[in-house]
This record gives sequence, structure tokens and C-alpha cells, in this order.
Amino acid sequence: MRRWTPYWLALPAWLWLAIFLVVPIVAMASVSLTTGNLIDGFSQTFSVSNYSDAIAKYSTQFVRSLVYGGVATVIMLVLGYPVAYWIAFKAGHRKSMFLFLLLLPFFVSFVLRTISWGFLLADDGILFGTLKGWGVLPEDFHVLATTVAVIGGLVYNFLPFMILPIYVALERVDPRVIEASYDLYASRFSTFRRVVLPLSLPGVFAGVLMTFVPATADPINAQILGGTSNTMIGNIVQTEYMVNSNYPTASAISFTLMAVLLIGIFIYARALGTENVLEAAAR
Amino acid sequence: MNNPLLRGMTQSRYSRRDALRFAGYSAAGLALAACGVQGQKAAAPSPSAVADFWSTQKKNGRVVFANWPEYMPEDQGPLKQFQQATGISYEYKEVIQENAEFFGKSEPQLRAGQPLGYDIVVMTNGVHLGKMIQLGYLTALDHKQLPNFAANAGASYKNPAYDANNTYTIPYQAGVTGIAYNTKYVDEDITSIQSMFDKKYEGKVGMMADAQEIGNFGMFAVGVDPDKSTQADWEKAAAKLKEQRDQGIVRKYYAQDYIDAVAKGDIWISMAWSGDVFQRQLAGEPVKFVVPQEGGTIWIDNMAIPKGAANPVDALMLMDFLYKPEIAAELTSYIQYVTPVPGVQQILAAKSDDDSKALAESPLIFPTEADYAKLRPYRTLTNADEPVYNGLFQTITQG
Repeated sequence: MRRWTPYWLALPAWLWLAIFLVVPIVAMASVSLTTGNLIDGFSQTFSVSNYSDAIAKYSTQFVRSLVYGGVATVIMLVLGYPVAYWIAFKAGHRKSMFLFLLLLPFFVSFVLRTISWGFLLADDGILFGTLKGWGVLPEDFHVLATTVAVIGGLVYNFLPFMILPIYVALERVDPRVIEASYDLYASRFSTFRRVVLPLSLPGVFAGVLMTFVPATADPINAQILGGTSNTMIGNIVQTEYMVNSNYPTASAISFTLMAVLLIGIFIYARALGTENVLEAAAR
Repeated sequence: MNNPLLRGMTQSRYSRRDALRFAGYSAAGLALAACGVQGQKAAAPSPSAVADFWSTQKKNGRVVFANWPEYMPEDQGPLKQFQQATGISYEYKEVIQENAEFFGKSEPQLRAGQPLGYDIVVMTNGVHLGKMIQLGYLTALDHKQLPNFAANAGASYKNPAYDANNTYTIPYQAGVTGIAYNTKYVDEDITSIQSMFDKKYEGKVGMMADAQEIGNFGMFAVGVDPDKSTQADWEKAAAKLKEQRDQGIVRKYYAQDYIDAVAKGDIWISMAWSGDVFQRQLAGEPVKFVVPQEGGTIWIDNMAIPKGAANPVDALMLMDFLYKPEIAAELTSYIQYVTPVPGVQQILAAKSDDDSKALAESPLIFPTEADYAKLRPYRTLTNADEPVYNGLFQTITQG
């Protein structure tokens, strides 16, 4: 009986996963292979034309989303790594306060935060209005409704998910290892490059995973901050599902995105030499 | 390339057997789930079936009203009076933000035969309301219990094209889609839709993302009556709108947020809903609304009882109560859209305060015959038309 205890304890979690993850994914896969319309019904035809049609029709938005997600992730890495490093090694006893400050904006809802960005960056708003008044910026300068605003919004909204895993990884670096490196006459730079950085890579991996995936699929930033040519694939899914009631196409797009992201992650995991993706993400 | 990279790229960690097993499981799962989604196309119920349904229903003493934000006076006066007059307690929920979103969320529930938990919902005459009707998701109304509607509703609000004989819906409010502009930045009087295609407002024009709204405007711009338009007309309109987009005249395709953008000056001219603009004017913001000489869109928000509603009789009573002229007048003074009750104009004109008098004289709240002649409804789309029409205009708004 005792032997089974761990399984019993894990059962709720497995049921949860089965009901709320596996079942919907299988159902969605099934819907993506149907044809028809809402009024007459969708019948299971196992036709893959939904996939080829969706990719052909929305390739621009697919590529754009991957580019935006990728660029945002790189910016987050460049911005986030030094912050994580600083908090881990230099913040001393105020560490927890800085971590709290980092998370503070997240007590406000995601959509509201993005909308307040729209308010802040308005053409004649508190920031640009003032700068234009001083003559620092030209009259027709604007950031809203541009690619810069969308990528900026993505960076802002997901940055903590990059910083926190890197911080956790750096936090666990044994200071004696760094000391040993100096003892062996390594310079500060080569200590970082050959000791600290490799030890923090699992954190970087987890950070990239936790930011690239949601940033690529995000519809909110493009909708609120974007202009006429910033539609991302998340917006298309929303339109196909909600507005057009075209469930098969919406499902096919979601699956394609999922497949592209998974392939990307596995290539990235192998490139980073991580033994196991899930293990690294869990660290 | 460093060593770990090379190792990682070349070593195989997932055997062929693993891959086959995974593929096998996936196929089995799919086969289990394969069922498709049943069509629910429903024919209109016979009058006797409708009568049978209503004869079994009783007043329950409560009603749940699902509506859009800012669509009811803040003190909920009309609803309170309803409660006093009938003893029916109400729950008022501002849960509908967009027709598409509301439909997308409700559809699976209604399809499964589950009640939404609302006795009255408000939806605009458009493709989604059309789908609700076609799929049999709305309860046919008992007009014997709607005497105020029969007596007080304006002629143009009875027997609309989208719902013959008001079988399933009666109007809540109507409104006009026209042009709003910020007078701080625009120093001419805008009268024509062509201003929205003018190079001098490059990057300062806002259009709506909704396919029906923008489609109608495109058709006005090329001189076509949306009501009588053909696919060739839609293509012509789409080409015009695409040119507007390609020239960089449009800043963005907006949902509800256009009015903030106009008020802040991010855009100077925008497609707009009349009531939004009046509410901003009351707040003292420099915005103005016009119906362009080429034409504007008139839309109607309708009350309906979703299938499976718990309190249909109470719902009918509330719907009818809102057609009492004095109650309708109270709604109009706050909402400032077009009321389906023409009698409201007299009531407002007779009031002593200036605001009410101004409302009574406003042609945008009480359009004249000449105004109505310029206004066109959304293009009614068949199930075959809809993907073509949406495809044409969504390529522009979501390029």
C-alpha cells in the first residue's frame, strides 16, 4: 500500500493535466482537421488544407510574430542579465526589496499596464508633449502605432520573466568558485565568461523560454500599441475564432504556432547543450 | 561552433521507437476525439409552439440584464422604477464589450444547451446577432406581453430586415456611425468622407477594425449604397481602403479605443459612434461629430432573451417597461444615442433644464426624415457572403 502513496498523491495533478491540457489539445487537433461553417456544422474530414491555407494566408503575420518575439527576447536578455547580475551579487541585504520592486507593476493587470503605456506615450501626452514643447522632438514624432511601440510593450510586459530565472541561477553560484577563478589569475572578464556565465546558462535558457513563447503569441500589445502593419498571429487567432467563428482555421494556426515554437525550442536546447529541456526549465 | 553545440546538434536522444510511439498515441487520441461540431441550424418555431412555450412560463420575481458599459444611468433609475412597479428584483451586469467577443464566449455554452445566466442580452444587428437567430439561440418573443413596444416604438424600429416581425428582438438603442474630429487640430468643417482619404491628414486618420463598419465607409467613399452592394462593389471599396492604408493615411484600425485617441490628439479624424462623441463633448473635450454627406451607418442594439433563460416572463416585462416614454426619456438623457421611442422628444422638450432641451433639438438623437435618408444599415450578409466580405476587409485591417 505504502508503495502506491506517491502515486495517489500525484493523482490530482495528473488528472488536472489530463482534463485541462491533454483533452483540450486533442479536441483542438480534431477541430483543426474539420471543414464547414458554424451554421451548417463542422464535419471531421481530416483534411490538412486548413493548415496549408492558413500558412499561405497568414505567413506575413507568422513571420512577423516570430521576429517581434525574437527581437523582444534578445532585448530582454541584454537588459535583464545585468539587472539579475546586479541584484544577485551587488544588492546585498536589499535583494528582496529590489525583487519586490521588480514585481510591483505586476500587481496591476496586464491589459491595464499596456493601456497606461498608450497613455504615457501619446503623441501629445505627458512625455512627448513636453519634449515637443521644448523643441527637442519634431512635431510629427510618434511612437504609438509603430513596431517600436509593440516590441517595447512586449519587452516591458515580459521582462521580469527573463530576470527572475537568471537571478535564481546567479544566486546559486558559489562565491568560492569565483574566488578560485581569481586565485588562478583569471581576469574579471574571463571569470565572468568562463565561470559565471556558463553556470547561469540554465537560468538564461529558462528565461528565454518563459519570454519568447508568450511574447510571440501575444495579441494585446499589437492591438493596443500597434498600427496598421503590426498585426501579430495572436490577433489573427482571435479574429478567426471570435469574429469569424472559423474554429478550424483558428485551431490550425494555433497548432502551427505551437509546432514552430516547439521546434525552435528544441533546436535552441540542443544548441545550448542542455541535457534536457524540461530539467533546465525546472531548475 | 563550440563543442557542446556540436554535440547537442548531432547526438540523437529520441529514438525512432519513441517517435513512432508518440505518433501512435497522437493518432489514437485524434481518432477518439474525431466528431466535428454539429450544425445547429434552426428553423423559426411555429406560432403555436411559441404560444405553447409562453403559456407554461410564469413570473419569477427576478431578472438578470446583461448590457454594454455606460448604457444605463449610473443611478440605475429606470431599473429601480421597474422594481418598484413590478416587485421584480433585478441584477444588472455590464458584461458585453464587443459582439464578436460576447458571441465567441457564449456560443459553446449555448450549443451545449447550457443557460448563459442572463435573461436579457443586448447585441447589435450584425453577423453575430444573425448567427444567434439562425442557430436558434434566442427565444421567440411573445408580443402579447409587449404592449408598450407596440404602442410606442417608432415605425422604423419595427419589423427590421434582420429580424422579421421582431420575432426574436426589440431595439434597445440605435446609433449612427459617422466622423468625429478634434477641433484643436482640424481647423476646417469636415463634411465629406473624402477628408478621411486626404493626404494632408496622413497618419492622423482612425478607421474602425470591424469589417461591417469599415466596409460601409469604404462603400460610401466610392459612392455605393451598402444595402444594394454586390461583391464587385465590396472589391472596389476594399481597393479604396487599401490605397488609404498604403499611403500611410490611416494610423490604426481601432476597436473601442478610437475615442480616447481622438480626444488625446493621437488621431485628428476618425470613424466614430455618435453617442461616444456626445459624452466627450459633455466632458468639455474639443470633439465634433458629423454624418458625412455621402452617408452614414445606422445600427441598432437589440434586446433579446437567450435560449434557456431562467426568467423569460420577467425579462419580457422589463423589455416592455423600457418602452414607456418617460422611462425611455430617462435612458436617452444619459446614453445620448438614438432612441427607438419617438415620443421621448416631446418629453425632453417639455423639461425645464437646458440640457434636455438641447437633446430634444439634436438631429443626431432625433434624426429628421432627411437625416434618415442619408443613413444606411449594415450590409446583410448570407452565410456564403460572409467569408468573402470579411476576407476582403480583414486583409486591410489586419495586414
